[in-house]
Amino acid sequence: MDFSNFLMMHQELGLLAIFLILIVFDIFAGETPVMKWFRPLAVFLLAVHTVAGFFVVEDGTAFGGMYVTNDLTVLMKNILNIGTLVVFLQAGEWLRKEDKGIREGEFYVITAATLFGMYLMISAGNFMLLYIGIETASLPAACLAAYKKHQEKSAEAGAKYILMTAFSSGIMMFGLSYLYGATGTMYFEDMQSLITMTPMTVLGFVFFFAGLAFKISLVPFHMWAPDVYEGSPTPTTAYLSVVSKAAAVFVLMLTLHHVFGGMEKVWYYLMWVITVVTIVVGNLFAIRQNDIKRFFAYSSISQAGYIMLGVLHGSEMGLSATVYFILVYLFSNLAAFGVITSVENRTGRTEIAAYNGLYKTNPKLALVMMLAVFSLAGIPPLGGFFSKFFIFASAAEQGDYILVFIATVNTVISLYYYLRIVKAMFINEPAADMGEVMRTDVYNKASLVLCVAGMLLVGVVSGVYDYIDAIGF
Amino acid sequence: MGFTVYIILVPIVMFLFLSLGSKWLKPRTAGIIGTAGMAVSTLLSYFTAYRYFFVEGQQNGVYAKITAFTAEWLRFGDKLHIDMGVLLDPISVMMLVVITTVSLMVHLYSLGYMKGEVGFQRYFGLLSLFSFSMLGLVVATNIFQMYIFWELVGASSYLLIGFYYTKPTAVAASKKAFIVTRFADLGFLIGILILSFNTGTFDFGLLTADNASLAVTTMSGGSFLGLSAATWAMSLLFMGAAGKSAMFPLHIWLPDAMEGPTPVSALIHAATMVVAGVFLVARMFPLYVFAAPDVLTLITYVGAFTALFAAVIAITQTDIKRVLAFSTISQIAYMMVALGVSGMGGHAGEGYTASMFHLFTHAFFKALLFLGAGAVIHAVHSNEMENMGGLRKYMPVTHITFLIACLAISGIPPFSGFFSKDEILSAAFQHDKFIFAVLWVVAGLTAFYMFRLYYRIFWGAERRYDKHPHEAPAVMYVPLIVLAALTCVCGMLPFSKFVSSDGAPFSAGINWGIASASVLVGIAGIAVATWFYKKASDRPARAAAKWAGFWDAASHKFYMDEVWQFVTKKIIFRCVSRPIAWFDRHVIDGTMNALGTMTEKASETIEPVQSGKVQTYALVFVFSVLIITVGVFLL
Repeated sequence: MDFSNFLMMHQELGLLAIFLILIVFDIFAGETPVMKWFRPLAVFLLAVHTVAGFFVVEDGTAFGGMYVTNDLTVLMKNILNIGTLVVFLQAGEWLRKEDKGIREGEFYVITAATLFGMYLMISAGNFMLLYIGIETASLPAACLAAYKKHQEKSAEAGAKYILMTAFSSGIMMFGLSYLYGATGTMYFEDMQSLITMTPMTVLGFVFFFAGLAFKISLVPFHMWAPDVYEGSPTPTTAYLSVVSKAAAVFVLMLTLHHVFGGMEKVWYYLMWVITVVTIVVGNLFAIRQNDIKRFFAYSSISQAGYIMLGVLHGSEMGLSATVYFILVYLFSNLAAFGVITSVENRTGRTEIAAYNGLYKTNPKLALVMMLAVFSLAGIPPLGGFFSKFFIFASAAEQGDYILVFIATVNTVISLYYYLRIVKAMFINEPAADMGEVMRTDVYNKASLVLCVAGMLLVGVVSGVYDYIDAIGF
Repeated sequence: MGFTVYIILVPIVMFLFLSLGSKWLKPRTAGIIGTAGMAVSTLLSYFTAYRYFFVEGQQNGVYAKITAFTAEWLRFGDKLHIDMGVLLDPISVMMLVVITTVSLMVHLYSLGYMKGEVGFQRYFGLLSLFSFSMLGLVVATNIFQMYIFWELVGASSYLLIGFYYTKPTAVAASKKAFIVTRFADLGFLIGILILSFNTGTFDFGLLTADNASLAVTTMSGGSFLGLSAATWAMSLLFMGAAGKSAMFPLHIWLPDAMEGPTPVSALIHAATMVVAGVFLVARMFPLYVFAAPDVLTLITYVGAFTALFAAVIAITQTDIKRVLAFSTISQIAYMMVALGVSGMGGHAGEGYTASMFHLFTHAFFKALLFLGAGAVIHAVHSNEMENMGGLRKYMPVTHITFLIACLAISGIPPFSGFFSKDEILSAAFQHDKFIFAVLWVVAGLTAFYMFRLYYRIFWGAERRYDKHPHEAPAVMYVPLIVLAALTCVCGMLPFSKFVSSDGAPFSAGINWGIASASVLVGIAGIAVATWFYKKASDRPARAAAKWAGFWDAASHKFYMDEVWQFVTKKIIFRCVSRPIAWFDRHVIDGTMNALGTMTEKASETIEPVQSGKVQTYALVFVFSVLIITVGVFLL
């Protein structure tokens, strides 16, 4: 056996090591004072892992084509690492505050496990491994959703998530069996050359796509998202809405181009409609939400629609723009969730009304939130402006002006509901019981600084986009 | 010469540091840090000038355009992209030296002048922001970068003019400056768009290369209203330039901008920002000469008229800063004329060299005049001439340095203004005798109003001062002395050896016939001013009474403000804005409101679908998959 195969998987192995260290630490130090070192350790290890991820190993395939690694997959994993690191930073405060019924360490361990699943999804060269990756990423995520197990809402979120996940995996597996039946292979490379437009493969593709669309929460496969996002603990919501979604988009991008390239006619029209519906429906629902987590659930659905704008043309520029968009979206959305976590930890509330007058009680948090929603809405000079610009430009480059027009109109609508939050924070008077100034712990502060720096720098420093563009496909 | 990028980066870092730290920085510390930062930029600029002019700049005996630093920022297509970079050529290096020197002097001076003001830290932060913008403007490698910094300059100027934001006149002045220049910038932007649309590039190097052949080939056709695309683009660029450089009829903002702190006036409204328009024309000069020569004629006549117009108004003003403001307008118009009468290459390009030379010398002596005026205002707490008089005894340093500057601007040898003005006059003489005559008269008027100012401040009857006026503190008079020294010597520079229209050095020499004519008229102006104003008398009043109508019109700036008010309020607002506003309120808003209502309604209608039941979700899921499958097969 050639051990260099394992060297190629150094990111997976590193993460596995972190997973093992944390789980052992948690088991043996669970109830002792040593436990206070758990969180710094977890953050430190993941931070080291994130930085190490940028040292790229050479491209290659391992285990007979099962596992594929190249600059692009490494970049995708790095983006997921950054997102997970921010979630780690934001989660601690909430975990400490909760009653003794839950174990602090498990959250990090389970999150690391889902991240491992996502790595497999991205690096898969075979549908079997891809499927295993998706399951590894999904099942622990249900635990995260139900983490506040004593609370009905959280338990409900977990139950809904696992049911819908099982359901969508079933459909996906069904689609994969058709594809296997038609081509006789599970390997991406072989299938790409064998696949033809037959009713069977088309059916297989649609079912497979539905499974992924569920993870990305594209309309009409999005219905679980608001309920689960609302009920889950806030760090879980952040994780699901950013990291988990990003991983699914990456997989969609990779499979569309490496497997289903020959079926572009099918997926182009299919996704065109879904993109429009996703953006519009996400926006229409977002307008009427009063709970901020639910609000961000719908906002992230419509953001997913924008992401698809870059994916569906499959142009070089579109794909770079998509990866870039996801990076910016990651920083913006996580910044918003960092603020939501802080406010929830202090007040226990998640309605938008709880943000009335936040600028007076806590100007810094209000400022971060404002930057985050401005970036999501696409206002310069924040990253969100540039990411939207590139993604619209990529669609316009292909001559798809109708789609760009619809997306632009929806951007205006989205500005309305994003500004609702800004209005609540800056114009509305604070409620009487919001008088005290809130403090966040140092980890959360670090996460917010990271996100704000990300939003500003990724936008203005052109090197980031060039870097992504240079990696390409 | 990659280090040149730090000349620009240091001020922006200073700006961020001083603005973010304004709460916990002591005013004095903030001022010293800001000044130190500027000193670093200044030294780097001098080093750059040395390297460029004496070591690296020349290639085959011609000063080349060197791109010292560049970073691509935004790419639109193969050729069209926006870069951020540093372009070194004779005029940008010369501007680096001018801007950093004057800015450093103003920083130093402000330490004394602004002492004890509320917002001292903010003031220094804004000075750094302004310096950053101005430096970024002059080293721009492409016209879009220039435009970005151009607007930044406008914005920081707005902030500095409105520094005393509790004073209504300052607020009004800052708004006026911003709106007027912004209006002009609209032309600039459209000009850029026409230019880049036709040539497919923003880059200065490509645009000006080979006698602007790119623009000549791509833009000579395409006539609109009888003018070619090139003429349109270059005229619109000139509109932007005229706004910033206060050319008639867009000059109205500059006198009001004197509401800002005096050192700011010295920096922005005398030495740097207002010459940005001249710089723009110089930067695009090959395009003007080869692609749009008609526009150059326009520039010549607008410039000549503005020079005369502003000089006449300057005679009648009583606020000392406003006299200087009109004098600035007049002198910048001189530079514009010099560009307008210039050709390309060798002696034909003398006007170009002369214009840049005058920009160079004017920056120092005009900054000196403003700072001197600031010292006077500091001493007597008034801008009005009638509250001054006889100050020479109390403020010897200010007096001598001010006198040097007055002699320089009047064109008396051996001070710097003489050399540059002589070159402009000689270039004009070769090109067009009528323009020369106008400029010659303006030279006389300049000498007259400057010495009127000088005598009324430092001579004449002494007022009764509540407190004895006193000389400015050392931090304030040291910059005066430095600038005065520069004014004395910088005219001797063999400027044409360094700066010329095509980069090839030539020797300009002094045209003695024209020089003596200009010195004569200068001395005549001074003599008349001496006769009127040296001792207190009723001569000025009698002369004013004799020419009452004209005097009134001139002291009201020929009612240009009123004309603008009339045009904007009575014509534009009433005939254009109101119908548009009606259309906007009823048709556009109506459509938008309807759209909004529809969105709300739609949102309300589909809400029940999200029931919270997992069974429903699964059902929707399955049906969606089925519908999509059917849809795909029908396709």
